Amino acid sequence: MSESIPNQRRSVGYRSRLMQTEAERRADTHPLTWRLRDDGEAVWLDEYLRKDGYQSVRKALSEGDPHAIIATMKEANVRGRGGAGFSAGLKWSLTLQGGDRPRGYLICNADEMEPGTFKDRLLMEQQPHLLIEGMILGALANNSRYGYIFLRGEYVEAARVLNRAIEEAREAGWLGPDINGSGFDFDIAVHTGAGRYICGEETALINSLEGKRANPRAKPPFPGQSGAWGKPSVVNNVETLCNVPAVILNGAGWYQGLSGDRTDDGGSKLYGCSGPVDNPGLWELPMGTTGMEILDRAGGLRDNRQLKAWLPGGASTGFLLPEHLELPLDFDTVGKEGSRLGTGLLTVVPDDMSMVSLMRNLEQFFARESCGWCTPCRDGLPWVVKLLQSLEQGQGEPGDIELLDKLAADCGPGLTFCAHAPGAAMPLQTALRHFRHEFEQGVGKPRGEAHQDPIPVGEV
Amino acid sequence: MTMAIIHVDGQQYEVNGAQNLLQACLSLGLDIPYFCWHPAMGSVGACRQCAVRQYKDADDDKGMLVMSCMSPATDQTRISIDDAEAKAFRASVVEWLMINHPHDCPVCEEGGHCHLQDMTVMTGHDRRRYRYRKRTRRNQYLGPFIAHEMNRCITCYRCVRFYNDYAGGSDLGAFGAKDNIYFGRYEDGTLESPFAGNLTEVCPTGVFTDQSHSDHYTRKWDLQFAPGICHQCSLGCNISPGERYGTIRRIENRYHGEVNGYFLCDRGRFGYGYVNRNDRPLVPLWREGAGHPAVTLEVDTALNRITDALRHARRIIGIGSPRASLESNHQLRELVGADNFSTGIEAREQACLDLMNHLQRTSGLPTPTPRQIEDHDAILVLGEDPVQSAGRLGLNLRQAALARREAMGEKIGVPAWNAEALKTLGQNVYHPLHIAWPATTDLDDVAAGRYSLAPDDIARLGFAVAHLIDPAAPAVDQLDQDTRETARRIADDLMAAERPLIVSGGSLASEAVLQAAGNIAQALARRAKQGGLVLIRREANSTGLSLMGGQTLDWALDELNGGRADAVVVLENDLYQRLPPEQVEQALGRADIQVVVDHQSTATTAGAHFTLPAATFAEGDGTLVNLEGRAQRFFQVFEPAYMRPEARIHESWRWLHALTAGLRGEAVSDINLDAVTRACAEAHAALAGIVDAAPGADFRIEGLRLAREPHRYSGRTAMRANLAVSEVRPPQDPDTPFAFSMEGYSGFDQPRQQVPFAWAPGWNSPQAWNKFTDEIGGHLRGGDPGIRLIQREPGHRSYSAAVPPAPGDTTDGSLRALILPRLFGGEETSARAEPIQQRMATPELILNQKDAEALGVREGDSLLIGDGPALTVQEQGEWPSGWAGLPAGLLPGLAQGDTLTLRKAEGGTP
Amino acid sequence: MAEPVATSQIIGSDGFELHPADETAILRELEHYEQPQAACIEALKIVQRRHGWVPDEAIPAIARVLGIGPGAVEGVATFYSLIFRQPVGRHVILVCDSSSCFLTGFDELKQALVDQLGIDYGETTNDSRFTLLPVCCLGACDGAPALMIDDDTYGPVTADDLPGLLEGYP
Ligand SMILES: Cc1cc2nc3c(=O)[nH]c(=O)nc-3n(C[C@H](O)[C@H](O)[C@H](O)COP(=O)(O)O)c2cc1C
Ligand code: SF4
Ligand code: FES
Repeated sequence: MSESIPNQRRSVGYRSRLMQTEAERRADTHPLTWRLRDDGEAVWLDEYLRKDGYQSVRKALSEGDPHAIIATMKEANVRGRGGAGFSAGLKWSLTLQGGDRPRGYLICNADEMEPGTFKDRLLMEQQPHLLIEGMILGALANNSRYGYIFLRGEYVEAARVLNRAIEEAREAGWLGPDINGSGFDFDIAVHTGAGRYICGEETALINSLEGKRANPRAKPPFPGQSGAWGKPSVVNNVETLCNVPAVILNGAGWYQGLSGDRTDDGGSKLYGCSGPVDNPGLWELPMGTTGMEILDRAGGLRDNRQLKAWLPGGASTGFLLPEHLELPLDFDTVGKEGSRLGTGLLTVVPDDMSMVSLMRNLEQFFARESCGWCTPCRDGLPWVVKLLQSLEQGQGEPGDIELLDKLAADCGPGLTFCAHAPGAAMPLQTALRHFRHEFEQGVGKPRGEAHQDPIPVGEV
Repeated sequence: MTMAIIHVDGQQYEVNGAQNLLQACLSLGLDIPYFCWHPAMGSVGACRQCAVRQYKDADDDKGMLVMSCMSPATDQTRISIDDAEAKAFRASVVEWLMINHPHDCPVCEEGGHCHLQDMTVMTGHDRRRYRYRKRTRRNQYLGPFIAHEMNRCITCYRCVRFYNDYAGGSDLGAFGAKDNIYFGRYEDGTLESPFAGNLTEVCPTGVFTDQSHSDHYTRKWDLQFAPGICHQCSLGCNISPGERYGTIRRIENRYHGEVNGYFLCDRGRFGYGYVNRNDRPLVPLWREGAGHPAVTLEVDTALNRITDALRHARRIIGIGSPRASLESNHQLRELVGADNFSTGIEAREQACLDLMNHLQRTSGLPTPTPRQIEDHDAILVLGEDPVQSAGRLGLNLRQAALARREAMGEKIGVPAWNAEALKTLGQNVYHPLHIAWPATTDLDDVAAGRYSLAPDDIARLGFAVAHLIDPAAPAVDQLDQDTRETARRIADDLMAAERPLIVSGGSLASEAVLQAAGNIAQALARRAKQGGLVLIRREANSTGLSLMGGQTLDWALDELNGGRADAVVVLENDLYQRLPPEQVEQALGRADIQVVVDHQSTATTAGAHFTLPAATFAEGDGTLVNLEGRAQRFFQVFEPAYMRPEARIHESWRWLHALTAGLRGEAVSDINLDAVTRACAEAHAALAGIVDAAPGADFRIEGLRLAREPHRYSGRTAMRANLAVSEVRPPQDPDTPFAFSMEGYSGFDQPRQQVPFAWAPGWNSPQAWNKFTDEIGGHLRGGDPGIRLIQREPGHRSYSAAVPPAPGDTTDGSLRALILPRLFGGEETSARAEPIQQRMATPELILNQKDAEALGVREGDSLLIGDGPALTVQEQGEWPSGWAGLPAGLLPGLAQGDTLTLRKAEGGTP
Repeated sequence: MAEPVATSQIIGSDGFELHPADETAILRELEHYEQPQAACIEALKIVQRRHGWVPDEAIPAIARVLGIGPGAVEGVATFYSLIFRQPVGRHVILVCDSSSCFLTGFDELKQALVDQLGIDYGETTNDSRFTLLPVCCLGACDGAPALMIDDDTYGPVTADDLPGLLEGYP
């Protein structure tokens, strides 16, 4: 709306940044970030090309074998960075192609709204061509006709950068008909959203792309069978797609090797840390880096506070305890501890934070962002919020905590229509497990006597 | 159908493997609670109410909870409905749904036939644990048919799925997000869909209720019902009318597996008000002549005086009616003799009706049932606007067009019940539906093309299509380029289809159009296509009456005019609706004796010497034949004299029988329905089958009559307390197997065709129909009611060569009337119902832009027709020039193609 | 503070006409998609860019341009949180209330906004300058607590930063 902003207001203006300098980042260890500039300006086409940009697409186009791309991706086992960790190569191998199937769509999930997550923003604002290159490769592999970057509406700067980069790429012949003389055609449009976390769920995203209410769709059929407008469609996270060029250029073995012997998962990862730490930020680190190393890089907790708990990858992951800091942060290890790696950006909870209040805040988020399609999430989560509000105010009644247990269980995987409600259930279940005493302290009234004056509605 | 074995709680069952587990289990009679799933609309998995535990195989003892509506009933599926965790989860779901639901059952109009009540009881939820405040909502005004109470909403999304996805509406929507979802119109106002009334049954709770019922509300258990047949068009939907205190309180759908399934149109549902009008003739009346006051007569006096008068007449003409039962028409014919019997149908319409019967027999393509229409994969509608002329049929045609997505789903393994997935797959792809009709139609949004042509051009297009399919069919000369291409596209689509369907009918009163439709059908048959031919008639018994036969109305008036007859008996027919008033008035004026038997006060009764009060569908029994040629019986809902002892209402056939007996000097013996039906069947070979249309009066189940009232019916002993405190014996029914009482059989376990109201233990809502069907969405276990009368005759006939000539130049500037059928107001009796009157659009006159210019008018201006009403001008893009479109029922007596005198209204809009 | 002015006077009342340029812009959006409905959200944003919010009358107007039902447009317009269906101020402040901000001082920041602006969520200042709304995680957690004013993201923002910050949005 406002066109030019006086400089002084920029004093607290937010800029996405990586906490590693150019000196630390190398092409063979930091495939996602080595081209980034220390000044934080975007890497435009010239610079990107100078830094080996579009080499991967050039290679893939000259080889002209989509199956080889899929095979390499499968072998590299690039696991989805949107949070679920599903192998991108496997997903691509399931896309319906050939026969009388129409060419479909490659959709980049750039909705990034998971609380505690701020990684895709960096990649899009500062290195748009890496994403574009990844999308072209994805399109080749999946025989996609057109690509969309589904960008959350608030990412104004990312939209500006991406649109300019797409224009650059189109002018240079990397997008459009007959890409780089290969006969392959593919183009990309940026589709900006209008709010709502649920748009990040891949099928809700497709509905939103189609200009509908962002209710998720039932699976099966999966997007690869019937996605946008019923055509075979692939949805991948920004970071997942940004991994593709290096994998194709350097091979699956190289990619697997990036994580060394920390974990079976290959590659590097944009890890991050936020909350009351000294140096919140983002780092590209080998897959399987421990929480401890990340917390160290973040400078530890502010003001000499102690770590009480942490979320490994956003609000929809389960709470881990300080003792879990030693574990390699990969999909399977974290999964075994009753949580999920999620987006791999840590949220740190200090000892003076009430878990009941924090849970109330988290569940308010999930209840508010429910799409309202299925009953447990739509009507169960607001009840969770109200119970937590009661407990927070010492207005809980005996039975409330058991009720929370049951509500969380009833919002579990398979019981709701999509993974949104299970995402709300996981932190609640882990908080109730690890910090039950805090919740118990909120039970201050005998049964039936809390809320002579009911809690006002409209809080959620 | 793929059979599958599934195991439910350790029991083995055989089911239809193409279904989902919920549908399969309900088909087995097993109860699983559900909300968002609907038998006609498939599954979306939103409510999560239908959870069961599913096991991988016989060794799996853990299993996992799944939504039964979203899981296929594949062979060897193992599930448990009784599983404790599944039950607990289902209890949680109802508890959530009840969080914001008002506890207003005692004052809620849904109470007693509420699916939410049923499901809440089924899951055992009876204690409130939620201790916070409820959310409240604002309601909308949605027009005269539907009341809105959003507080009761449980967010199952069924309303929008029916209204938009199934019925093609666009003004209703789901608004908001999270726990703040609102279902309503984008702004206050009348719901536009002509099928909106189904929301009252589709909604599992009391959000959308029947406003016409609300105005004189009665609980379902306090209504008396009978199996009815809708009298409002020629489709013959099965209805379940409910009565209390001598008035019809509402009409609900009565499930019929082949005709109407789960849905009705709004004309049928809300058009019953004419039954309750207080200007109806209740007792016999005598008048010295038109304009004289009416004198009330006792029944015997009336009968004596009428028979006396008739006995003295030289010749009596009987004028029947296509809105009256076969029995009544037959009895009139008995009274006056076959030579003196007219169908009461105007000549051109009757010629079309005869032609339609003929084509149905000889064109080589069968007439599908409405349900079978949905299985056709290319459709040509030739000269009809089915939503306006046959209501419910429009929904069938829409489903046929939408069914393309099922074929697409099959290719990638998406089952037909996975509703949202199919919707995604088939966005804006439909089976080809071509509509040749001058005005916009409600099916245009799914049509491959609509061709705005004048009647003769529609016929020429049809003939051209037939010729393209089979060159042996006569060609059409001087066809313009556009029409040639259109014909080619249509012919290609019909030929590419596996089951092409031709829909035509009498709306344009054009034999040429029908002949063209017949030629196409025949051409397709000769090319060995499995297709169908559907021909739409105008009124509830048009088909029946044309099968019975008789002279035209024009003939009858001629006989009177020519002085060749001096008495006339008119049966349930307002002749002024059919031919120009002067012509009717003059002819009737020549008759020394005019007797009219009708249930409405009309222009015809106003001039009659004698009026006898007839029964409507609610007070009498009889048989109708629908456009398929299906004879269906409707049954008396209540006995009018029971609540209003002064009323002398009887079925017309009873009155006419009494007159016949009187005339013959016989004692008026009692007669019953079975006897008159049998006599009618014997007298008319084409109607021989009607005896079997429904069981006779002696039909019993477990030795019992069938109850018209639910067993909880209350207050019968106080029913007539305003008249006398002694309880009179309920009326006895000599005509049917039904009892005017709750005594009798009302269960579902014994298969039966004739179900006055659907109820089963634990199932009080319309969802109870699922207990009466062989499989969910299938057929009534006792067989779908009715019997098809029109049989196809083998062999080929020769093509019709009656191709209308290319239209000449219409430069004389005169405009001809093109009367457009309309759902609301286009039918005589329903147009007398108040909510229908409110729903009638302000009448418009559709003009081509050039013609409008020539008349010096623009869109929105007013034009007067003769000394008749003023109409608002509407310009429609491709409207045929030389024609003026105006709604049916506006100028009774005006015929298709009549030349109009139009004048600009003085001083703008009147 | 300036004289209170009714919001609707400044931002326009319900009297609505689709600007020809907006109609063109909406039609141009259609190029990207298989079906016109896909431009629905962008169409609402286009209208909102001009009017500040999306008045009720815009719904059937957009439906007409896209050739879809008004029920569908209203469904979309009421689903998304960044489509405003009531008049808003000249500047909209979106405060992130998600976990990282909550852990780093959201409560104080929100209270400071309420105190300094004299309005709570969903309200507009009397001078129609600011509307305050919550927003879910802005993806600026390393700059928590964060907020957005119009198209600009700020963080970390303290209560003391606010006066200077708001000054830039007259
Ligand atoms: C409620 C919800 C929100 C989500 N939000 C995002 C998101 O903002 N960005 C994203 O990439 N994935 C998100 N996901 C995950 C996507 O559904 C999907 O798994 C992902 O985009 C697939 O990409 P990937 O395989 O590359 O990770 C979300 C999932 C759920 C259930
Ligand atoms: S769990 Fe259900 S209500 Fe919640 S976001 Fe997913 S589909 Fe929507
Ligand atoms: S009926 Fe199965 S989820 Fe609603």
